[in-house]
Amino acid sequence: MVHGEVWTLKELFVYPNEYIYWSIQIVMYPFMTGLVAGAFVLSSLYHVFGIKQLKEMARFALVFSFALLFAAPMPIVLHLQFPFRGINVFMTPHFTSAIAAFGIVFFTYGAIVASELWFLYRKHFVEIALPLKQKQDKSLFEWIKFLIFCALTLGEYNIDEESLKRDEKAIKILAGLGIPVACFLHGYAGFIFGSVKANALWMTPLMPVIFIMSAIVSGIALCMLTYIVTMEIRKLIFARKKTPYQVFQSKEEIKGVEINVIQMTARYLLFFLIFAISLELLDLIFRGYTAVKSWDVLRSVIYGKDFIDIFILQYGIGNLVPFILFLMPGLTIRRAVLGVILVLFGVFMMRWNVVIGGQAFSLSFAGYMHYHMPIIPHDWDTFKEGLGGALSIFIMPFVLFWIISKLFPVFEYKESH
Amino acid sequence: MINRRDFLKNTVKGIAGITLSLSAIEIIDPQKIFADKTDKSKVRWVFLVDTYKCVGCGFCVKACKQENEIPYDANVTRTWVERYVITKDGKFFADTPKGARDGFITGKIDLGQGKFQDIKKEDIDKAFFVPKLCNQCENPPCVQVCPVGATYQAPDGVVLVDRKWCIGCGYCIMGCPYGVRFFHPVYHTAEKCNFCYHRITKGLKTACVQACPFGARQIGNIKDPNDPVTKIIMTERVGILKEEYGTKPQVYYIGLDKEVK
Repeated sequence: MVHGEVWTLKELFVYPNEYIYWSIQIVMYPFMTGLVAGAFVLSSLYHVFGIKQLKEMARFALVFSFALLFAAPMPIVLHLQFPFRGINVFMTPHFTSAIAAFGIVFFTYGAIVASELWFLYRKHFVEIALPLKQKQDKSLFEWIKFLIFCALTLGEYNIDEESLKRDEKAIKILAGLGIPVACFLHGYAGFIFGSVKANALWMTPLMPVIFIMSAIVSGIALCMLTYIVTMEIRKLIFARKKTPYQVFQSKEEIKGVEINVIQMTARYLLFFLIFAISLELLDLIFRGYTAVKSWDVLRSVIYGKDFIDIFILQYGIGNLVPFILFLMPGLTIRRAVLGVILVLFGVFMMRWNVVIGGQAFSLSFAGYMHYHMPIIPHDWDTFKEGLGGALSIFIMPFVLFWIISKLFPVFEYKESH
Repeated sequence: MINRRDFLKNTVKGIAGITLSLSAIEIIDPQKIFADKTDKSKVRWVFLVDTYKCVGCGFCVKACKQENEIPYDANVTRTWVERYVITKDGKFFADTPKGARDGFITGKIDLGQGKFQDIKKEDIDKAFFVPKLCNQCENPPCVQVCPVGATYQAPDGVVLVDRKWCIGCGYCIMGCPYGVRFFHPVYHTAEKCNFCYHRITKGLKTACVQACPFGARQIGNIKDPNDPVTKIIMTERVGILKEEYGTKPQVYYIGLDKEVK
């Protein structure tokens, strides 16, 4: 069987070699990098622009962005016919290709996030490593812990007032530097699609900007969701223990902080959502107005074959409903949860409609292709390019976050900066 | 014992040293010098299709599949033939069942998903066949988008794929406006027509040219003014496919129609 044949249904006149070659993993790729970039921009809003209300969220968003960072390139690797040859991109990068610079952009961004995290948590590492260093006859567990945290300090144990102040400065610089790089990382994902001149739906210079805006929207939404989930868990723990838990004194205090943070963040979510929708609609209107050669087939896809995916699922349920939910006064946690889930769904559908929708019509402009995502896999190919592969990719950052938050405590850590 | 300052200093020096010497290799790349001398080579392969002569027998597709080891029953092919039918009421139909590997054995138009459209002979205004293959573009988008340089243009204009280096990302498949690329069912790397490079470089014709009983397909060297293909391209009215993409395709057609996709 030819790659792509299993999940492609052809209708009318389609060239013989055309299949849906870029499937669910390529939908996941911009979705995941979008979350990375969005989470980082959210954390930078506090560090750079000093939006105090986002203080609690900023630290959390940064750690989460770091966890997402590892998951972001996975869809591409899984999608490759030769995953182990992926390294070739670093060995012989062919810079006329938009994908070739991925490694450089990705690692630059990774280095910025990692160093920002290090400056943010340096004090924490030292506070754990120092007592362990002085302690005699350490147990095996303590030895391992000591080695990890000793390595994480990078040999720098100085945590006096002055050096912490310098840390703060470094964080501010890195966060500022990170914003353009994060936007570049994701705008660049948009460029990968926008620069394909063979694809009538993808080719638009607006693509990178649309991608950045929806990325920030999805990043903020995911941070809000994960934040709510962690806060709810803490409330549960608090209710069970009935004693002051960590920095909080009462359940009501957690509740107050939680709703405050969520309401504040929701405003930024709305702000970027408006930008994202405006740009997408501009693109659509422009295509209809100029009506070049490809418009006939695009119109039949946008208003016909993909109508439900685009106008009901993406714009309706994914954009309009959460927009109203957030605009209504007196935002509650429950409403926020529903809103952010819908926003995430909307952004996912936007990626889907770009990637799959862009392949829904033939290059002949006289035929269509339908994508049937493999649900039950019967071989490795249908697993990784099916529901299983997509879900694994989606779960990955949460597992990573859980592991990483052991080293970089998001909540337990008392404020230093 | 080396202190940190010295360590850092030496590291910087080391990296600078290595980079400098590597860049020297780049400056005197022997391959480039060689290529510069041979670039004035007298060959630029082009293809000429006379659609008036094509009857849609599909011998070219069969020959290509066998010559280039594309699994016979796989639904991908390096070259194919399209059938266009325009009816008296202005309707347009086109199909290419299995890339016309077995020719067009029925008058019914393949609409995909097992549906067929029967068209009465008296309803047809015009009908014709158009063979397709890689256009070996002068400005190939597939070469531009390959992230690892596994697909490249030879000095004689033919675009080739390195099966040992291709990572299988599919970007070139997406980048080609003509839909000539696919993943090889056995090697799983990007695959396309290369004008039977192993044959033309030895003075032979391509498998499809040789298999065509009507002379609808011809290959030639545009840099040779005495080549019969060059003469036709230079003196007669020929068309190219999808000019608007700026790819400068090098497969020329006699008798193209506005309906050809």
